[in-house]
Amino acid sequence: MTLTVLAVDDSRTMRDMIRMALMPAGFTVHLAEDGVHGIEVLGGIAPGDIDAIITDINMPRMDGFGFIDAVREQYDHRATPILVLTTESSPELKMRAREAGATGWIVKPFDPAKLVKALQMVAG
Amino acid sequence: MSEQNDPMAEIRASFFIECEELLEALQDGLQELDEGGDDPETINVVFRAVHSIKGGAGAFGLEALVRFAHRFETVMDEVRGGRMTPDADTMKLFFLAADHVSDLVRACRDEAPIPESTSEELLARLDELLGDEVETEEADASDFTPLGFSMSLDLPDLEPEGSTFEIRFKPEQELFATGNEPATLLRNLCALGEATVRCNSSELPDLEDLAAEAPYIEWNITLKTEAAEAEVRDIFEFVDGLCVLEITSTSPDAGDDVPDVDIDAGIEVPAVLEVVAPSPSQPSAPVSKKSTKDSGEEAGGEPESKKGTAPAAKSVVRVDLERIERLVNLVGELVINQAMLSQSLDQAGLSPHSDAMNGLEEFQRLTRDIQDSVMMIRAQPVKSLFQRMSRIVREASAAVEKDVRLVTEGEATEVDKTVIERLADPLTHMIRNAVDHGLEKSDTRLANGKSRAGTVTLMAAHRSGRVIIEVTDDGAGINRERVFEIAVAKGLVPPDAQLSDGEIDNLLFLPGFSTASQVSALSGRGVGMDVVKTSIQSLGGRITISSEAGKGTKFSISLPLTLAVLDGMVVNVAGETLVLPLNVVVETLSLGPEDVQMLRPGAYVVRVRGGFVPLYDLGVMLGYRAHRKTDAGAIVLLISLDDGSRAALVIDGIQDQRQVVIKGLDDSFYRAPGIAAATILGDGQIALILDPADVIAGMGNPRGADIMLSERKIANE
Repeated sequence: MTLTVLAVDDSRTMRDMIRMALMPAGFTVHLAEDGVHGIEVLGGIAPGDIDAIITDINMPRMDGFGFIDAVREQYDHRATPILVLTTESSPELKMRAREAGATGWIVKPFDPAKLVKALQMVAG
Repeated sequence: MSEQNDPMAEIRASFFIECEELLEALQDGLQELDEGGDDPETINVVFRAVHSIKGGAGAFGLEALVRFAHRFETVMDEVRGGRMTPDADTMKLFFLAADHVSDLVRACRDEAPIPESTSEELLARLDELLGDEVETEEADASDFTPLGFSMSLDLPDLEPEGSTFEIRFKPEQELFATGNEPATLLRNLCALGEATVRCNSSELPDLEDLAAEAPYIEWNITLKTEAAEAEVRDIFEFVDGLCVLEITSTSPDAGDDVPDVDIDAGIEVPAVLEVVAPSPSQPSAPVSKKSTKDSGEEAGGEPESKKGTAPAAKSVVRVDLERIERLVNLVGELVINQAMLSQSLDQAGLSPHSDAMNGLEEFQRLTRDIQDSVMMIRAQPVKSLFQRMSRIVREASAAVEKDVRLVTEGEATEVDKTVIERLADPLTHMIRNAVDHGLEKSDTRLANGKSRAGTVTLMAAHRSGRVIIEVTDDGAGINRERVFEIAVAKGLVPPDAQLSDGEIDNLLFLPGFSTASQVSALSGRGVGMDVVKTSIQSLGGRITISSEAGKGTKFSISLPLTLAVLDGMVVNVAGETLVLPLNVVVETLSLGPEDVQMLRPGAYVVRVRGGFVPLYDLGVMLGYRAHRKTDAGAIVLLISLDDGSRAALVIDGIQDQRQVVIKGLDDSFYRAPGIAAATILGDGQIALILDPADVIAGMGNPRGADIMLSERKIANE
């Protein structure tokens, strides 16, 4: 099952890794550098064309929580699956992500196959 | 997937490039904090830089880097959270840690040995800052295990024998607010094996009482699968706490333990989930309440306030330097070609108003624009170079136990990338010299009424078509007596030589000269100022020195803007075609017999608007011809030298002003003084490019001539 995914991360390396993990699985990957950029990119894609969103937490301008908030405020994306990419797997962080409206989380560094699988599972 | 291009190697390379940028941001941020900046975004930038380095390093399994960055990040998090306020010593440690991160990054990149002892020492010092926190952080560190990034798909181990799970799943309202979808979860579950899904919709109210986003439905699933229980639970990982979930494993003889489930009104849904209507995943407006208040905390600041201050990310394309190199070369060829074309059209005697000539004019303009744009690609601000120097100053001052402040000016000045790269070594050496030899010890400074901390200033600027870089210290100045003594002792000058201050200063550039009577750990590396001078010259640059006793010393480097193209004046001298950099030519004059005056045989000056300027015959200086009786009727180029003085060069004629492509002379040629490079002219002819200041320096100090001028009465020829 191939999906169209928006990945938001301020680290170019991370964006490259995400792209590298998802492209071989046949995914279409849109990339953004921070929350503000993510919202912009999202705005350029028809809501029905995006299957899932991946976002980092720590980013300049608008962090992951703010970004998830902003995405959920869009009626079209109130149920779009959003995975948080995080280096910490602390329960507090998961709770905060969930409160913001995140669907799930992936701990960095991630295994490409697991990222693909997780996306397929939430966006199936 | 194909491994031909080795995408991982590419990402790895790009990671290290990104690291350089992050290290720069880190350095900048620390600098700002050190200078008392209290913008919360600054500490955020510092934190994020370390964080991102750690993140990438983890992906590539760079354990040493991860470990160090993690601890550094933890400390930064304390600062960010306001639980720690760094004092001056802490800031010093932060700088050291940042330098060390930079070392680790480079060691990892070059696969060089990791400087472990430094790591341990700095880690210990960072731990000290953390105090009691270390214990808990250690646990967190183990949570973050580096993982070699591999593209292989590791399939979950399958349990050999099948088992049956009874699953009760009842979503709660919050589940829908997170974008989780029961239908998807059930579908994933069904994918694990053979599932019988029963839907209990007994709580479903009448349509008019139905709230779209409220959960009414409960599912009971019997799953026959070879998957382990953990895998089944994994499916519900993201909804843990957002639903009622009971999973029981039933072995054939434990069937009685299965809790009875209410299956009345149950619908059989054998893995066909489209049947699971009505989908309750219709969250609406109330969902958007959430945690706007504390969402800024993690990143330390309100996202809204950041929007205003932070500049939008610049969009950047990364291009392989080789490709740019190729483009530069091609543009060089284009310039030569265009010159050839104009020359042949010119010779064809076309009317200047013909279409061909008009077209040519446009072509020239475009070529020039292309060239400028291509050169812009190669230009980089000197900032990264200067940043590296701030580290050199820190290390050097620590080594000789002096208090040194580095002031940088003109960081935004753009210089050709190659020049920047090749300046690093000479500048490092000069900075070390300034700290080691230039600046006095603190007590000496205090005794002389100076500030305790010495200042080294690093300045870059564009001046008359060249790049000027100055390294200035406010130290004691050059001890000329000592320099002279050493030069005599080393047999570099005869003991009875009468040298001007400037000449003594220039002795420093002689090969084999070193003033440090004791070889210090810093500058006693067997590399002298002569090597610095040679590296600068190989870049087409010049270095000069000026010093004032008690006030300090200034080294001034003057470099061409680009290494590829030059605006030149093509001239004839004694039948040879030569090119002079146009930017040094101030004026062209035609020489009348009364303009030239002789100071002494072989030394002439020319009168220019009431002043006198030393006059040199290029033909003589380059050995093309013997001295002529009179230069009357010749053409004179008035040129300006780096130090602001002027000189006049006698030539036979001016051919043209044009851009020429600089072709370096092969190393196998002996470095002829005054010859900077060569070029190919429009007609295919090869011409040498001159460095006029170097030509004149080869003839003796022009300032010497100025002094003579002021002291002697000028006699008419």
